[in-house]
Amino acid sequence: MKVLVAVKRVVDYNVKVRVKADNSGVDLANVKMSMNPFCEIAVEEAVRLKEKGVATEIVVVSIGPTTAQEQLRTALALGADRAILVESADELTSLAVAKLLKAVVDKEQPQLVILGKQAIDSDNNQTGQMLAALSGYAQGTFASKVEVSGDSVNVTREIDAGAQTVSLKLPAIVTTDLRLNEPRYASLPNIMKAKKKPLEVLTPDALGVSVSSTNKTLKVEAPAARSAGIKVKSVAELVEKLKNEAKVI
Amino acid sequence: MTILVIAEHENGAIAPATLNTVAAAAKIGGDIHVLVAGQSVGAVGEAAAKIAGVAKVLVADNAAYAHQLPENVAPLVAELASGYSHVLAAATSNGKNIMPRVAAQLDVDQISEIISVESADTFKRPIYAGNAIATVQSSAAVKVITVRATGFDAVAAEGGSAAVEAVAAAHDAGKSSFVSEELAKSDRPELTAAKIVVSGGRGMQNGDNFKHLYALADKLGAAVGASRAAVDAGFVPNDMQVGQTGKIVAPQLYIAVGISGAIQHLAGMKDSKVIVAINKDEEAPIFQVADYGLVADLFEAVPELEKLV
Repeated sequence: MKVLVAVKRVVDYNVKVRVKADNSGVDLANVKMSMNPFCEIAVEEAVRLKEKGVATEIVVVSIGPTTAQEQLRTALALGADRAILVESADELTSLAVAKLLKAVVDKEQPQLVILGKQAIDSDNNQTGQMLAALSGYAQGTFASKVEVSGDSVNVTREIDAGAQTVSLKLPAIVTTDLRLNEPRYASLPNIMKAKKKPLEVLTPDALGVSVSSTNKTLKVEAPAARSAGIKVKSVAELVEKLKNEAKVI
Repeated sequence: MTILVIAEHENGAIAPATLNTVAAAAKIGGDIHVLVAGQSVGAVGEAAAKIAGVAKVLVADNAAYAHQLPENVAPLVAELASGYSHVLAAATSNGKNIMPRVAAQLDVDQISEIISVESADTFKRPIYAGNAIATVQSSAAVKVITVRATGFDAVAAEGGSAAVEAVAAAHDAGKSSFVSEELAKSDRPELTAAKIVVSGGRGMQNGDNFKHLYALADKLGAAVGASRAAVDAGFVPNDMQVGQTGKIVAPQLYIAVGISGAIQHLAGMKDSKVIVAINKDEEAPIFQVADYGLVADLFEAVPELEKLV
């Protein structure tokens, strides 16, 4: 079966971002960019499905600027067979991305679409669910285990109180949680080979998708800073402060 | 303006996060209706009718809505939503699962995890693991929103007397089914609603050592949380994880033990009123957000702390 994996180029998770002085957004100039960590887990899961003989082809797709080709090449080096970039310089909302992915799903007809549960920049946690709604497919969000059998997939999901397993009819959408797997590193020979794998570039216009939005970001601010704390010398002093100064115990 | 709040419920009881969501709805202003969808949820509907400020409760009782499968619940919410200006749900694993599906069906953008209401169409929400706060305006006819519970003080669970109405609409997409559930058992307070949280990280060294934290937590009536490192190392189950990808907490007191304080962990707890850090590394980033820091070996400090409180 064919598996489609969506990946996003985001600011590296170790970078502590700074808000721009004019409050128009965060400063991403000269900041290290990487593949969203949840997307790495999605790619890894697809590659493992291929290694098990469940998946026959892995198509990786990204929606974003030209530079997102770097993340697609990374996915190809990890084991994806070919890549699609839907090029858009604008910052798109999750709904717009879901609509573009829907157009790619219509074109590619995958049996399984794997996405990360959320991107660590917008922290929206929406795209997979929206794509599932637009395609009319079942969704297995926050997956910590994925087992394909016949025409269905069993997904174990991380929920607030523990874990839940659901059975979904294929084709279906799965979004990955942190504990689904541990992504591998790309080896140097595979990075070289990935440069020769096909990468198709499309545009929202070519896909006939409007990326207009009902949301508008008015401003972006730094969060309120916490006032400086103090270091206590002993447990006794800590307890005294918590009881008499902070009055929380 | 009428607002629909999707009730979060489990084991026949209203989940506390619903009360925070109703509080957010009250800040927007207008009549508040609550939807209770599930199987055999009559009692939950009665309980929802008692929530302060709720004008009407809609009960959709159908086998298809058991276990809140989004393929079935989302079409129900989307169908009802056309009569409302806003549809709100708590940003719990259920709310996050269902609401984007509703938004896409309505062809509107969703606003995730709001922490404040600026006006009926403008909201604040954290982005980049809480390192920036975005103010977002929605022009959607129906505004689909998830609410971060810690951003709003809960309304009273008693005192209201809303009318209860049955909803007949049955949606069964037939695309998904519930298989099984494995719930963590705990007698301690629920992590996201606890007044005091004691969390352990990689510094705990193994799962057995968490007993020191459990003893302290029981003395304080606290919930026990963990960092991702502690969960990944298998010390504790993942539903205890506090952080960007785990649970968001904002208790009166948060005690971080053996936790370095990575960006992703701070995202889940830095709105706590008082933060205490116990760590033997005095350079650990956690000390930058801690109100009270103690540089000490946790295996000596925690038992001593337990004795003194």
